[in-house]
Formats: sequence, C-alpha cells, structure tokens
Amino acid sequence: MRVAQSRHVRRLRSTRRWRIAAPLAVGVALLAVWEAVVRVEGIPHYILPGPLLIAETLWTDGPSLLGSLMVTLRITLAALAAAAILGSAIALLFSLSRILELSLFPYTVILQVTPIVAIAPLIILWVREPFLALLVCAWIVAFFPVVANTTVGLNSADRNLLALFRLYGASTGKTLRYLKLPTALPYFLAGLRISGGLALIGAVVAEFVAGTGGTETGLAFRILEAGYRLAIPRLFAALFLLSVTGIVIYLVLDFVSRLLLRHWHESAIAEEEE
Amino acid sequence: MPSPLSESRDTDSIVRLRGIGKRFGSGMTALDAIDLDIGRGEFLSLLGPSGCGKTTLLRIIAGLSEPSAGVRRLSLATDAGGHIPSGRIGFVFQDPTLMPWSTVVDNVLLPFRLAGRVGPAERERAKAEIDSVGLAGFERAYPRQLSGGMRMRVSIARALVTDPVLLLLDEPFAALDEITRMALNDDLMWLWDRRRPTVVFVTHSVFESVYLSTRIAVMTRRPGRIVADVPVGLPQRRDRALRTSPGYAAICATISNHLAKAMAAEINAPVLK
Repeated sequence: MRVAQSRHVRRLRSTRRWRIAAPLAVGVALLAVWEAVVRVEGIPHYILPGPLLIAETLWTDGPSLLGSLMVTLRITLAALAAAAILGSAIALLFSLSRILELSLFPYTVILQVTPIVAIAPLIILWVREPFLALLVCAWIVAFFPVVANTTVGLNSADRNLLALFRLYGASTGKTLRYLKLPTALPYFLAGLRISGGLALIGAVVAEFVAGTGGTETGLAFRILEAGYRLAIPRLFAALFLLSVTGIVIYLVLDFVSRLLLRHWHESAIAEEEE
Repeated sequence: MPSPLSESRDTDSIVRLRGIGKRFGSGMTALDAIDLDIGRGEFLSLLGPSGCGKTTLLRIIAGLSEPSAGVRRLSLATDAGGHIPSGRIGFVFQDPTLMPWSTVVDNVLLPFRLAGRVGPAERERAKAEIDSVGLAGFERAYPRQLSGGMRMRVSIARALVTDPVLLLLDEPFAALDEITRMALNDDLMWLWDRRRPTVVFVTHSVFESVYLSTRIAVMTRRPGRIVADVPVGLPQRRDRALRTSPGYAAICATISNHLAKAMAAEINAPVLK
C-alpha cells in the first residue's frame, strides 16, 4: 500500500516536472531554429530579427519599454477591477430581478459583440480624459465573461439547499450571503480569468486607436511607432513584454482562484489528494 | 433547550391532513384525497413504490410545496405573527445536501445562522449533535473529505440541532450501501429515542420501514393514495436481534401483502387478487 502510494506520488512529481520541461524544450528548440534560419538565409533585421537580437533590444530599450508597459498595465488592471466589481454588481442585479435580467441581458451581449475598434474612436471623442477613455474601452471588452458567468453561478444554487433555507425562514440577504454567493464564486473566478486576458487586449486595442492620434505612450503606441520606423527588433521586444504580461495576469488570477477554492471546489483540489 | 411542545401532554395530532390533492402543471395527479393524522411522538413511515407521491406529500407537510386541494394543519407553537418559528421542523433529503464550501460544524450551525443567532450555546449544541451522530473529531472536515454515510450523518445532525418537534426524512438512506444503511437505521432509532420527535420517514424498503416505525402508511401510485395504515406492534426498543424475530417477519409479510395488492390493482391484474 505504502509502496504503491509512493510510486504514485513519484509518478505525479515526474509528471509535474515534464509539465514544465517539455514546453520549455519545445520553446528553446523553436528559438534555435528561428535564429539559425535568420542567420543562414541572411534575413535583414527590419524584416525578421533573430531571437538574440530581440533579447539584446529588450536589454537596451528595456527601461523605456517598461515605462510604457506600466501605462498599459495601469489601464489593464483598472479595467479588470472595474470588470470584476461592475460585472458582479450587474450579475447580482440580474439575479435579484428576473425582469431586469430579461430586459438588459441582450444589451450586454450587443456591447460584447460590437468590435471595440469600431467604437473606440467615438469613446475617445466623447470621454475627454484619455485615461478614462481607454479604461472604458478596455472595460467594454473585459466585463462580459464576469457578468455571464456570475449570473449563471448565482442561479445555480442547489434546489434542495434553497428549500432548506426556505424551511428555516432565511431572508433574501442571508440566502444570498450563505448560499448564492458561495455557489457563484467558482463561476465568477472562471469569468475573471477570461476577463484578465481580455482587459489587456482591450487596453492595447484602445491604445492603438488613441495612439494614431498621438495621445498616449502605452506599449501599443510604442509598437505602432516602432512599426513606422521599421524598428522591428523593438516591436518584437514590446510584443514579448505584452505576452509575458498576459501570462502573468493569467497565472496570478489562476493562483487566486485556487487559493479561494482550495477547500472544496473540484477545480482547485490538488491531484495527490484524490 | 427543552421545547415546551415536546413536554406538553397534549395528545392531539401534530400533523393533520384532510383531502390533500396535488396536481402538477403537466396534468399529472400526484396525490389524491389524502387524509392523515400523525400523533405526537409517532414514527410514521410513508411506504410505496417510486412515483407514488411520497416525497410530494412530505414536502407538503413541510410547507415546501402547496397542495392543489385540501387542508394541511400543523400543531406547532406559532409566534406572534402566526408563523412557525424556524427550527421546529427538521428535514433530511435523499442527498446529504451539504454546503461544500463549509466545514461540518458550519453546516450543522446553518439553522442557527439563518435564524440570526450563533453564540457559544449554539456552538455547544452543534458540537453535541456532531458527537451524537458519531462524527466527533470531524468538525473541521469539509464534506468532500467524508464518505457518503458520514455526509448523511452531518445532514441528520443539522436537522436535529434545533431540537425539532417534527422531523421529516425523504429516503435518506436510499443511496447508501446495505451495511452503512443498517448502522444508520440503528443510530436513527437511538437519536429518536432520546427526545422522541414526531418523525415522518419516506422509504421504499419494507424491511426498513418495519424496523424503524411505530406505524406505516402504504401508498400506491397514479394517483398517489394511502391504501393501508398499519400500526407496528413491535417493542419500542429495537436492535439487530429483531431483524430475525418471527414478529418482525410477520409484519413485514403483512406490509408486503398490502403493497403487492396495491401494485396488482394498479397494473389491473385480476389473477393476483
């Protein structure tokens, strides 16, 4: 029994090692092929720079790019926070009033499917404060998963538990606090993880639109600028920073989600416990 | 915390149903003309095949479902507003129906929490109730860490923690294995014997109903009716030896006959009559 268990644990550990090692190996191999192709074919750096040159640019232009990243990140995080707060508030209203949900939900869908590139110029025109304008754009892209998921979560409470709450004379507030909110938490967190990536995309898209007017110095503006000047290595360096930012946002939200759900939700239970 | 009701010598029935009918939106008649009186301290089993409306009847007694016809009256002390105070009725579902995000003790404390009073006295009650269902030491465990039988014990502790006058159980042991089920039958007997709440127990097991009850109402389906109402004249204290005694076997046979007759009438097979 003990032997079998330790073998099981060992296998899990090696699985976890592979989970990191295997994609890392693929990545290194791809970069090597990329570098080799660029050198052998003699591709000019203003068309396709090699990974080593990009790394070098990242080092030399890093400080100024990081400054721009902070601008983009501020918009992203503010939009994500607004998506979390306003999104769950809207979902809460929907769960309290069926009429409200029926009459307003279609409009959240419309807002979601409207291409942000098309309406961003209008928003930038209407909202004079640049930071706020970008925030609104990023929020429109990011809020929907939170609303949709949390609404489903708030309506997913166990029917028998609802009956039990009724039997014990629970008020609407107590039913919400002790039953509906905990039920909705995993749904909300799943929505938030999607919103995290969308907030970054929304911030970048909004900066692109605003950047053509030359109003901001976020990372998206730097990418545009690098494109105009054929500073392709810097463009790649900025892209790299954006990807890393997106991954970090996802990992942080995933970690928070596991932390909050670790005691009870299937999605957050460590493998070796099962 | 002795309840004034359980101490009173009032022999009136605690549940009184007259002409209860239930028709669902689909036009299906689940219950038809149910008359039933349940006396204080009785352990009544509602026994019948699946689909006979046992669960519907139990939910009507609990007030979780409104009958389409008839009158339901519960003789439980009401508060100034004419409402039954929370915690007078305990309910155990077929599934343990626990909150997965809460520990055992928080699940058992739920009735108090919903009534807005969780103090040291309530915590002590919860602790005592967890002990009495045999889960001492598991207070801080989460439901997913427990076996099916243990989860059902938590569910029973939650139903008993308010010291209810009326305890309603809806096939609580149907999903458990035979061994766990027998152990829980004995524990339920012991728990009932402590304070003698009135119990309505829904089951489709003849043996279980005879082992536990002081009285059995046999139901039939389409529409759901009570076709036989049989007192169980077995000794009050029951143990495993009873399961092999002739008296137990005789009552099981009587109940099985009622059930077979009801089923035969239902499928309209005169040969069996």
